[in-house]
Amino acid sequence: MADNFNKGMARNIYYGGGVFFFLLLLGLTFDTMLELPERDHRENITEAVAHGKEIWENNNCIGCHSLMGEGAYFAPELANVYDRYGAGNEEAFKQFMQSWMAMQPLPTEGRRKMPQFNLSEEEVNALTDFLIWTSRIDDNDWPPNKQG
Amino acid sequence: MKFQSQAVAKPYFIFALALFAGQIIFGLVMGLQYIVGDFLFPYLPFNVARMVHTNLLIVWLLFGFMGASYYLVPEECDTELHSPLLAKILFWVFAAAGVATILGYLLVPYAELAEITYNHLLPTMGREFLEQPTITKVGIVIVCLGFIYNIGMTILKGRKTVINMVLITGLIGLAVFFLFSFYNPSNLVLDKFFWWFVVHLWVEGVWELILGAILAFTLIKVTGVDREVIEKWLYVIIAMALISGLIGMGHHYFWIGPGEYWLWLGSIFSALEPIPFFMMVVFAFRMVRERRHDHGNKIATTWALGTAVMAFLGAGVWGFIHTLAPVNYYTHGSQITAAHGHLAFFGAYAMIVMTIISYAMPIMRGRPQGNSAASQKVERFAFWTMCLSMLGITLALTVAGAYQVALQRLPEDSAALTFMMTQEKIMPIYWARLVFGVTFFAGLVAYFVSFFVKGENVEVKQEESTPTVCCGSCS
Ligand code: HEC
Ligand code: HEM
Ligand code: HEM
Repeated sequence: MADNFNKGMARNIYYGGGVFFFLLLLGLTFDTMLELPERDHRENITEAVAHGKEIWENNNCIGCHSLMGEGAYFAPELANVYDRYGAGNEEAFKQFMQSWMAMQPLPTEGRRKMPQFNLSEEEVNALTDFLIWTSRIDDNDWPPNKQG
Repeated sequence: MKFQSQAVAKPYFIFALALFAGQIIFGLVMGLQYIVGDFLFPYLPFNVARMVHTNLLIVWLLFGFMGASYYLVPEECDTELHSPLLAKILFWVFAAAGVATILGYLLVPYAELAEITYNHLLPTMGREFLEQPTITKVGIVIVCLGFIYNIGMTILKGRKTVINMVLITGLIGLAVFFLFSFYNPSNLVLDKFFWWFVVHLWVEGVWELILGAILAFTLIKVTGVDREVIEKWLYVIIAMALISGLIGMGHHYFWIGPGEYWLWLGSIFSALEPIPFFMMVVFAFRMVRERRHDHGNKIATTWALGTAVMAFLGAGVWGFIHTLAPVNYYTHGSQITAAHGHLAFFGAYAMIVMTIISYAMPIMRGRPQGNSAASQKVERFAFWTMCLSMLGITLALTVAGAYQVALQRLPEDSAALTFMMTQEKIMPIYWARLVFGVTFFAGLVAYFVSFFVKGENVEVKQEESTPTVCCGSCS
């Protein structure tokens, strides 16, 4: 680095830049907090949806699946599983989820396995409500197609 | 070693490496489960192996950072560590909590673990990388506070160099941002938004300060280059890291709910994030070229250069390839992400820990000029085997990811293959990944062996013109 660029200048860039961009981040965070209610449709977070999220977490579904593209890459994306199997029909999707969760693990030898979680009917319904709610978040149209 | 108390770093380093070995074993298990889906099922489901793999990674890196701090802060401060006893106690607390948590993952179903640890009182579990029971998280905070207190008091009473100021800033940031792991609202979007305050602001923020400080310290020691020059570089590098990385967080906000301006901000700022990593490469090579003495511990220098290069490849290059929103739209959450995650974590953080271990362990074992030539030779072999294997893993996963995008994401709804069908097609490439995983493990074994290779310790011959060569501790 050029000699006329000394350590003091470097330090000032570090402190100045660091503080400035940190404050900018705080500002943007604040702005996003104001904007989110229009995008995350939080008014639809019912007790069942909240309970569903707890069940999702307590069973570590994220350890195999991704949800909105984050998590693990071992098993299908689930933020759009409702779009994939529900075809807009919540009742049909609930039925699908009940039977899907009850069926696990599938017997196919050598195929990747999903454990049996022994969830009650009510719990699977809550989980399903959570997944349906998630599928309706405004996420800039991700994923590109139904397969996710 | 200049101060007796620096030796508390030793158990930290040894334990870190033991956990590293565990991490790789679980990685290999998963590598096989990707191919043979029912391997070890139902005894070790994939999600459990993954938690163990990633949590061991984070914990061993934290042990490594702590060891590094205990070693370098007293030397930089020119004073004994505030409390070696506290450091020893915290070691055992952290080790016990870590082992108990991993055993919890392995021995009880996760839902039961959540129940036993009263997760419902303050639900924080079940999120990627933050799977630890709440009580473990509290333990981590306590250990970090004790650790920062100890390091902070040492710095307060001693010399305040740029390196130890940058280091402690990074460590405080690490502790502060970890607090966001306790925020877990029922609104998934808010949950995810602040989850990144832990994960992103760690690896693309404050950890870069820690990385820079450890790298700068090691370079001063092995090259003898003037502190002024090194410190100037350090400032510029971390300045660029924060300037690009703070708003660069936007590249994680594209598809999880936040508004559209993040598509622009995230793309533009994160596109600048490779700059500090590139500067690290220039910096490291330049300092080594301008070195004022030839330290006998050659392999430590190799690790330092290797860290800069591999971090640039993993974070800089592999980060850049999927960071622009139009690209990330297709690659988000694919094997491309895994490719980048592996090379970046290994190249930047695993390697910086091995760099400081490579420099400091021989000194703590009474070999100021490094291990014997025979031992360094084995370590060099291990270095290359691990680095090349990790590049192999990364390339394999990149091909896998590109193929996945092509089959599953690019086509229209009707033409796209399902996730599971796509995975079937990728199988041969997962075999390649597994093979590189096995060679990586071989490299790791060689690395461990290098610690036990005996042989003549290096005595550096003195040439007339060069100044007396020492371990570098006094510069
Ligand atoms: C050990 C890994 C693992 C865990 C943990 C796991 N799953 Fe799965 N899941 C899978 C695999 C593998 C598949 C694909 C199965 C197949 O196609 O044969 C799957 C498929 C699914 C599907 C169907 C998706 C589709 O597009 O076909 C749903 C829905 C699902 N899982 C829900 C859940 C929920 C809810 C949880 C948490 C309670 C969970 N999974 C936990 C591995 C797992
Ligand atoms: C050597 C053999 C290794 C193998 C076979 C391996 C395999 C795996 C697998 C299969 C996953 C899960 C991917 C998924 O979610 O589907 C994973 C995750 C991960 N591994 Fe490894 N791993 C290895 C070594 C390492 C090393 C050395 C590091 C870092 C130092 C590392 C860091 C990670 C990280 C950070 C994740 C999470 C990735 C993400 O969320 O994108 N792994 N690994
Ligand atoms: C050493 C520094 C870095 C480390 C350790 C690291 C690690 C990771 C990991 C583990 C993930 C996966 C997170 C998850 O599981 O969801 C990730 C995601 C990502 N990283 Fe990095 N990263 C680093 C630097 C960078 C840089 C410098 C860039 C950009 C230039 C970048 C761009 C990205 C992007 C775009 C994603 C999102 C991938 C997706 O959409 O799935 N990273 N990183």
